[in-house]
Amino acid sequence: MAQMTMIQAINNALDLELGRDPNVLVFGEDVGKNGGVFRATDGLQAKYGAERVFDTPLAESGIGGLAVGLAIQGFRPVAEIQFFGFVFEVMDQIAGQASRLRYRTNSRFHCPVVFRSPFGGGVKTPEMHADSLEGLFVQTPGVRVVIPSNPYDAKGLLISAIRDNDPVIFLEHMKLYRSMRMEVPEEAYTVPLDQAKVVREGKDLTVIAYGAMVHTALRAAEELANSKGVQAEVIDLRTINPIDIDTIVASIKKTHRAVVVQEAQRQAGAAAEIIAQINEHAIYHLEGPVLRVTPPDTVYPFAQIEDEWIPTPQRVLAGMNKALTV
Amino acid sequence: MRTYSWEEEIPAHQVLAPDGSVVGEWPESLDDERLRSFYRWMVFARRFDQRALTLHRQGRLGTYAPFSGQEAAQIGSFAALEKTDWVFPSYREVAGMMYHGLPPEMALLFSKGHPDAGKVPAELNMLPGKIVIAAQILHAVGAAWACKQRGEDRVASAFFGDGATSQGDFHEALNFAAVFRVPAVFFCQNNQFAISVPVTRQMATPTVAQKAVAYGIEGIRVDGNDVVAVYAAMCRAVARARAGGGPTLVEAVTYRQGPHTTADDPRRYRDPQVHQTWVEALDPIRRLRLCLERRGAWDEAAESAWIREADERIAAAVERAESYPAPDAAEVLFGHVYAEPTPALAAQRAGFLAEQAEGGANGWPGAR
Repeated sequence: MAQMTMIQAINNALDLELGRDPNVLVFGEDVGKNGGVFRATDGLQAKYGAERVFDTPLAESGIGGLAVGLAIQGFRPVAEIQFFGFVFEVMDQIAGQASRLRYRTNSRFHCPVVFRSPFGGGVKTPEMHADSLEGLFVQTPGVRVVIPSNPYDAKGLLISAIRDNDPVIFLEHMKLYRSMRMEVPEEAYTVPLDQAKVVREGKDLTVIAYGAMVHTALRAAEELANSKGVQAEVIDLRTINPIDIDTIVASIKKTHRAVVVQEAQRQAGAAAEIIAQINEHAIYHLEGPVLRVTPPDTVYPFAQIEDEWIPTPQRVLAGMNKALTV
Repeated sequence: MRTYSWEEEIPAHQVLAPDGSVVGEWPESLDDERLRSFYRWMVFARRFDQRALTLHRQGRLGTYAPFSGQEAAQIGSFAALEKTDWVFPSYREVAGMMYHGLPPEMALLFSKGHPDAGKVPAELNMLPGKIVIAAQILHAVGAAWACKQRGEDRVASAFFGDGATSQGDFHEALNFAAVFRVPAVFFCQNNQFAISVPVTRQMATPTVAQKAVAYGIEGIRVDGNDVVAVYAAMCRAVARARAGGGPTLVEAVTYRQGPHTTADDPRRYRDPQVHQTWVEALDPIRRLRLCLERRGAWDEAAESAWIREADERIAAAVERAESYPAPDAAEVLFGHVYAEPTPALAAQRAGFLAEQAEGGANGWPGAR
């Protein structure tokens, strides 16, 4: 075991998979010699060569289309979109091409591509870097959307994503890259791509979150326990397409109340889908409406005001208190 | 200060003049027998195209994108490929795709919205025709990169029209291919219109081919209604790619004689006189026929036999397409989304099947 940050865990996962499977390729902007703008691919070109770990010209759609063409030929590309705010440039190649390749060719071809990308607020980036755009891909059939909240999961989920035979959008919250270390096994292991994890047990209230919001929710849960002795159960979704509704329902059958926290703006996102599924599967176990704690439906803010936009532990706490009383 | 501009219109390479006379260098590998096979394919393709339009008018075929007028560009270019090469066509490449080995009934099923039209024969490395404009050009770059990486003796080709050259994906593809020096061939059929927009409103450059210069690759401009010139140009591009010489952009100047699709009325945007010239004097099939006549390789009796043979093949293809089993909706919908269905999809499939079995609308809302 070693202590790793999330960026180290991601680098380690890429290293192991490049070493294991010659069909794994890593490419994107600045991923080669530079090792990625966050150093996620640091040292990989030197170790595996510029044939397998390489820089592309600066064109996101080109990166996506290249990945699809390579996947058609049996490679397993891990393509980096330097910041997920740039995903609009490659929207067709992901949502229009990669996601449908299996369908439109009657499964003759499939698309085992991982689109890795940093995203997330709270680190004062320029515009179009921090947006939470995962909801766009929750409504895209044929792709999976994975968002780890810690180094251990990041490594296991990324290895699963690379080995998966369908396109996976793998989103890495920038705030988590170096903010925590944890014990991570040095060998390869997998974390399933469709299972949520209960990261705090509790009997009074269920809080559902993913990515950096897991930590915000955990802080709020501790505060609630300390101030009122109320025990919230916190679920880390880990994958938001598909959503592991079974784990959510099992928790709600115990707690009867729930709050969903998302960093993305409010409407029609992952939280809305989660609440709709709770409605379908567990409404008779609820004692009150399921609430959302989210930013407002505005454009992702400029850096100076982003802290006023993103859900905070205090906002989540307010949401939890409301869910306990309505 | 040195500045750059490019106003010269590169002349399109020609081997056959419109009257069928030879005005350029004859490709060595092309004998009368091969030339006659091109002609028979072009005749077949034209008859197929016309039949497809009739089927559409009769309500027996969905939206169809005709290619009449572009037979030389398509047969000539596909003829330069090996069956093992990778092919990324657009939706208007049906003549070339059939030449390459796509059963004609599959081309019809594509326009009938049958999912099996996506089942390109397993021995061919060809994708179904791409509907979104220019997306497939990048896929060819990826496939070409794979060929290079594996040290294979294969090339990847992308087929598209003049409209596609305005898309970002076209430019990204050419740039990527040039930087990586992959064995890719980009074949543009400049048929002069993107639906209604003429090529002069699509680009300010006089040619498509010259765009190659900006990416550092070779560009060739060829008379797209001259099957011999197209074949020669494509052979050069393919040979270069195969030999590790990098990508080539080939522009075949041709003309779409029909509508964009069966939903289009080209009389709204075309000059009737220009149209008439392209349809008559510049028609690619006429040109090759005149060439064959000059070589003593064509006569009325052979023509009649070839047309009869084409019509028989087409009738058989129509019969196969129309008697083709209906798709299994549940399998098509749910069977090809992921390698393994998600729990939600599995439940939705069960609900869908229950609804079908019960003959009412009841299995669906309760699905996971």
